[in-house]
Amino acid sequence: MLSAPYLVFVLLVFAYPLVFAFYMSFHDYFFAAPGAVVDRPFVGLANFQEVLSDPAIIRSFGNVGIFLLINVPLTVVLSLVLATALNKVVHARTFLRVAFYVPYVTASVAVVGVWIFLFSGNGLVNQILGPLAPDPAWLINEQWAMPTIAIFVTWKGMGFFILLYLAALQNVSEELYEAAATDGAGKIRMFFSITVPGVRPATVLVLLLATVTGANLFTEPYLLTGGGGPNGASSSPVLLMYQRGIEQGAPDIAAAIGVILVIGVLILAFIQRKLAGGDES
Amino acid sequence: MHHNIRPHTTPRNGRRLVAAAVTSAAMVVALGACSSGGSSGGADSRGDITIWYSNNENEVLWGKQMVEAWNADHPDEQVKAQEIPAGKSSEEVIGAAITAGNAPCLVFNTAPVAVPQFQKQGGLVDLSSFEDGDAYIEERTGDLADQYQSDDGKFYQMPWKSNPVMLFYNKDLFAAAGLDPENPALGTYEEFTATARTLVSSGAAEYAIYPSPTSQFFQSWFDFYPTYAAETDGSLLIEDGESTFNSDEGVAVGEFWKTLYAEGLAGKEQYQGDSFADGKAAMSSAGPWAVSVYKDAVNWGAVTFPTSAGTPAEEAYTFSDAKNVGMFTACENQATAWDVLKFATSEEQDGQLLELTGQMPLRADLTSAYPEYFAANPAYEQFGDQASRTVEVPQVANSVAAWQAFRDAWTKHVITGEGDVADAFDAAADKVNELIAQP
Repeated sequence: MLSAPYLVFVLLVFAYPLVFAFYMSFHDYFFAAPGAVVDRPFVGLANFQEVLSDPAIIRSFGNVGIFLLINVPLTVVLSLVLATALNKVVHARTFLRVAFYVPYVTASVAVVGVWIFLFSGNGLVNQILGPLAPDPAWLINEQWAMPTIAIFVTWKGMGFFILLYLAALQNVSEELYEAAATDGAGKIRMFFSITVPGVRPATVLVLLLATVTGANLFTEPYLLTGGGGPNGASSSPVLLMYQRGIEQGAPDIAAAIGVILVIGVLILAFIQRKLAGGDES
Repeated sequence: MHHNIRPHTTPRNGRRLVAAAVTSAAMVVALGACSSGGSSGGADSRGDITIWYSNNENEVLWGKQMVEAWNADHPDEQVKAQEIPAGKSSEEVIGAAITAGNAPCLVFNTAPVAVPQFQKQGGLVDLSSFEDGDAYIEERTGDLADQYQSDDGKFYQMPWKSNPVMLFYNKDLFAAAGLDPENPALGTYEEFTATARTLVSSGAAEYAIYPSPTSQFFQSWFDFYPTYAAETDGSLLIEDGESTFNSDEGVAVGEFWKTLYAEGLAGKEQYQGDSFADGKAAMSSAGPWAVSVYKDAVNWGAVTFPTSAGTPAEEAYTFSDAKNVGMFTACENQATAWDVLKFATSEEQDGQLLELTGQMPLRADLTSAYPEYFAANPAYEQFGDQASRTVEVPQVANSVAAWQAFRDAWTKHVITGEGDVADAFDAAADKVNELIAQP
């Protein structure tokens, strides 16, 4: 009984739209006014066929693959290392924790402006790099646009993942470190033999969350690279879902992209769970 | 150390899951039923109505006085007005309102590019179905009205106001580059390119011109389309169900802009802010709305877009950047809405619009209807004249997708400069033809 409100919430906000998206993806579906007489026939796999034969959509999946390959490992490694370091810091502890958390809670729109400024052709980053700066500049360079976005998202989301690891680190017993020290283990050895296995459930969670939020990449290609530019090099499946479904009035194609994305993320999550935390119970 | 939080599926839980699945299926059916019900209001009904207008400060002023004037004389048919609710774009909000069945009677900010889609959604009232519908629209708008007809020959939008796009230039930067600020050489592609080179090489401005180089479908309305309208004396992107932009003229326009980008005379990176107001670029493409914006910021002049041969200003075409009025099927009192629409586009209210916003009512006799206004505001006169020679976005199915296909070709082959413009436009034209042939 007590779970009823939550169940209703899940059904309304999650289950119904998901089921409806599946329905749309198999029909020639478009949004229409109530009462309008419209024909939305069942079209089988036609929408999926269109999606899978559209080079722009295929490319967006490739782009998000590149994004995840950079963003997820970087997020896991950096947030664990930084959380471990922050856990040992004695001075300015609160300040440092807040400093890492601030980008996470700041609106993307505001931060994106700063990054466009930093990574523009004559921005600060290129001025520091001098002759090593890429040409064209980062965000309009087909090779660098997606990696730049991946680094931006890693930086922006880091505070949240550090917080998860900090919480997990509180559960790793100090006695283990003391015992290891007595046995002559160094700091690096202790990190790999005690900290990493000790926070493994958190790592599984971080992997999963970073993958799910990463696969839903939208704001950054929408704002940072002005609609997935240059030439689609930073477009993402969700950005194309917005373009096709909302701007261009083809929610059936958008739903098909969404269904493929959901299946892809489920497969990734399953593999991650097998590899990183399969025997946790 | 770790607790098992994995849920177990006990027989009891299993029953719950079944119940949940049944509930969810029932909800799908129920919600599906909702979307096929509803009513579509009455063409002869009168009574109170709701309208939306743009959130732009000047248009709000216009909207308020229009509603006040109407309400004072129509106690039984009151108009309730509000700004369009916030969203990523007005079209998105209107589209959602159509689907939800709660669109207002009239929206005084309906983008022509979105009209075919709203029409397909069953969201728009066919204005030609009013007895005096076609006659009123054609009489007020004149020849330009044809561009606003849907492919079934009917009007699903009232042509309302345009913002004919012209080339603004910064007289101070032109003077600093040693160019004639009063008679700038911008008539032909050659003159324009030479002027642009001088502006940049002299250090007067970092870029000659800086239209947004991003990938959104509508950005071509401010670089390619006005130049193409000028070059072709008023061709639309698509005519008679076929792309026109892969013609020799279209390719010439593409090559012209490609040169500007290749030589670094136009900016390729997204700029935060207004490049023209900031003095980063010496020229900008904008409509008369910009007159009041740049009034104190830039010592500006405006000219028509260049063409390969050089077209006299009084013959040059441009893009209209119009916003129209749509009447939505959710409206209960459509007879009142039609009367309000005619009132809001009357000569008197059009005069108020001109006065308060500086935007051009889509009216056949514009400059002669308001001689005092144009005499008192000479800055607007050339826009008033230009308003009679504008091209609209084509009223075709899948118009947004068509513009996106064009923009993708433009960013890749003109801005980035990859490959051959003619080949790229041919490929884009095939894609656009395919898109607009779909229902």
